[in-house]
Amino acid sequence: MHSEQKPSLLLKLAAWGGLVFLHFPIFVVVLYAFNTEESAFSFPLQGFTLHWFADAFGRQDMLSAVWLSVKVATMATILAMVLGTLAAGALYRKDFFGKESITLMLILPIALPGIITGIALLSAIKMANLDPNFWTIAIGHATFCVVIVYNNVIARFRRTSFSLIEASMDLGADGWQTFRYVVLPQIATALLAGAILAFALSFDEIIVTTFTAGQERTLPIWLLNQLGRPRDVPITNVVAMMIMLMTAIPIFGAWYLTRGTENTAGASK
Amino acid sequence: MTMAATLPVTAPVVTARKGGPLRAVSSFLYRRSTLYLLLLLTPPLLWFGVVYLGSLLALLSQSFYTFDDFTMGVTPDFTLANYKALFTDAANYDIVLRTLGMAACVSIASAILAFPIAYYMARYATGWRKGFFYVAVMLPMWASYIVKVYSWTVILAKGGIVYWMIGKLGLTHALEAVLALPVVGGNSLSTSNLGRFLVFTYIWLPFMILPIQASIERIPANLLQASADLGARPQQTFRTVILPLAIPGVVAGSIFTFSLTLGDFIIPQLVGPSGLFIGTMVYTMQGSIGNIPMAAAFTVVPVVIIGVYLAIAKRLGAFDAL
Repeated sequence: MHSEQKPSLLLKLAAWGGLVFLHFPIFVVVLYAFNTEESAFSFPLQGFTLHWFADAFGRQDMLSAVWLSVKVATMATILAMVLGTLAAGALYRKDFFGKESITLMLILPIALPGIITGIALLSAIKMANLDPNFWTIAIGHATFCVVIVYNNVIARFRRTSFSLIEASMDLGADGWQTFRYVVLPQIATALLAGAILAFALSFDEIIVTTFTAGQERTLPIWLLNQLGRPRDVPITNVVAMMIMLMTAIPIFGAWYLTRGTENTAGASK
Repeated sequence: MTMAATLPVTAPVVTARKGGPLRAVSSFLYRRSTLYLLLLLTPPLLWFGVVYLGSLLALLSQSFYTFDDFTMGVTPDFTLANYKALFTDAANYDIVLRTLGMAACVSIASAILAFPIAYYMARYATGWRKGFFYVAVMLPMWASYIVKVYSWTVILAKGGIVYWMIGKLGLTHALEAVLALPVVGGNSLSTSNLGRFLVFTYIWLPFMILPIQASIERIPANLLQASADLGARPQQTFRTVILPLAIPGVVAGSIFTFSLTLGDFIIPQLVGPSGLFIGTMVYTMQGSIGNIPMAAAFTVVPVVIIGVYLAIAKRLGAFDAL
């Protein structure tokens, strides 16, 4: 729906001003990563340096947090891709009893505040007498990542005509061949976009992770711990900028893969 | 025909496998589509049934467990003491009201800030501007939550950017006057409710923009033409046609801003005055005290509030705008 009229100056200002507001903190994080000052946030900045990057990469605790986060996000993404695609494949075409409840259940982990999912998982872990570890984090993450993949893949399925699958079967392909050569090429970009977003979401998650991580430290938890250490400010700044890039850049990829479609990836987090 | 266009041009040569058990299974499933559906659904249903619903049930049952104040241990003995404490302790009402007040203010402020952006995106952004605005809203939404919050503690710090700007504008006295106000103010921006409100609003703003944008985008153009044909001035069209049709989007967005504020425990820890929020209360209960039963009982509060909120939102047609 577009208007033939020109937008008023006030509207333009409010819209572009809003964008500036949204990006301002991101800009600040990048700026402070190169700051020379060691323990405060005074502005204007004191000077430019790349020194802290070397310091940050020398920190073993930071590197192991990065490695844990990468492992967790990879595992959560793989699980979410499988479960999300299966659910999308089952739910896109037929209406059946209980379908709405299933959809609701997929959305619930991300619709309810993370603290509820977090403490629910924690009480289940306690009741099962488990110790929080890598797997409890990854399983928790996978649970709320499923809906991201599901949303992307089901949107693509809905735009794909079922007659392609019928044609493939008519021409003598078996189920696996149909999936491999007809279905998968159709959903590949949507699946990839969903996977990218699921990875970014898991990589950055802190609220649920606080409950499921026990003594383990993912990168966001490491960063939160850093905030209580004023002497480490420069390193915190550098790592903050890197996490920002790790989570913000994938959105370009996801957008590019699904652009021009009705449901662009990333419109819901 | 768009479908055919996206198929690979050089389709791989696939030989149909004749016979074989795999083929038999796949043909069988193709004919029995209900069975096939069930097979597809089993893994996700099992996962969500066991991991998620199972956890929620565990949470519910833990809320009836007994916490021993002396041993600091939890025993699986049925008790209603947690719920009794939840409703009889006056401090809990303060916590709920404080959180609800913040959630309401944040939702209203985000709606006001989001509307012009969403309106501009839906009605005026064409060509490259459309994609640009879209990515420009999604980028801050997906950028790391904890880093964005951290960035605000840097921005609001004493001697930081905001203080510097206000000083340059000669408004230091005005800021001091605002910070001297009760409720809103505090010792400094980063320990005031004003600062916390600002951070909350910033963090959840994109979640408000996108549903509003979607609901305005969906208004058929001929409604606006009809309105103009019938003699309405642009402002009248906006007030009587566009605004009412955008309300479901606003309500849909407020579900996010409201529910996310209710459950947050990081922002109240890092920015603003002391005084617990629902999220921080749950967090401290399970963490430093180890009283998971009380924490579990406390999560019932946001669940009920959000349940009521969702029921109202559904009546207002917000679900169609999601």
